[in-house]
Amino acid sequence: MTEMSKIVRTVTSITFPLAMIYGLYVIAHGHLTPGGGFQGGAIAASACAMVLVAFGSKWTIEKIKEKRLSVLESLGAISFIALALLGLVFGVAFFNNFLTGSNYIFGVVPITGSGLADINTAGILPLMNFAVGLKVIAGLFVIVLVMAYATTSLKEDKK
Amino acid sequence: MSARTILAVVVFTIIAMFFIFTALFIHPFGEPDETDMDDYIIDNTQEETGANNGVTAVVFDYRGFDTLGEATVLFTAVAGVILIFRRLKK
Repeated sequence: MTEMSKIVRTVTSITFPLAMIYGLYVIAHGHLTPGGGFQGGAIAASACAMVLVAFGSKWTIEKIKEKRLSVLESLGAISFIALALLGLVFGVAFFNNFLTGSNYIFGVVPITGSGLADINTAGILPLMNFAVGLKVIAGLFVIVLVMAYATTSLKEDKK
Repeated sequence: MSARTILAVVVFTIIAMFFIFTALFIHPFGEPDETDMDDYIIDNTQEETGANNGVTAVVFDYRGFDTLGEATVLFTAVAGVILIFRRLKK
């Protein structure tokens, strides 16, 4: 994928932070508002794919290596499983929500019924949202990036 | 009309009848037959998990093992794509 015109690149550099912030907001508020790790990660990965389309795969792969993205993805997976195993250590079972009702971070339990809740609630759910969000951002972006870069270099070989 | 067309029309009618009768005898919208699990989750989610968003509570707490499988699927997809396109790059 070669880079697009200057107009597209300028508009992308303006809208990329907004889309990224929205995706990260959906991840961070996963336990309060509609959305979560998967959905917010997909939004943020779309923002990264927009940069890839506008600036070209060569420029993008020079800025961020796919190996680093792969490491980030594995980090997300490992922290997700580690959080689940911590439930086995501190709680009673695998995936046990041991932080709810405790005095530590995210330990507040909201009042039952509809209404607004604090962000400091829901135990390990926000942490799992962060882990899955990191995993989805890095995973989807590395798929798009590797595919785009591989096909570009294939076209150049044929010429 | 050839025998082939007649056969196609008959088979299509039978399959269409299946779908139409299934749609007619489905339970009314918003009133499933068994509501025990829905009621339990709606009543106890906030108290048990502390999350206001019931869907996230189901995905990451009640059905956390399922999410682990989804994460594994994504990981496998990434590993496969990198494995296939590694040779094309060089």
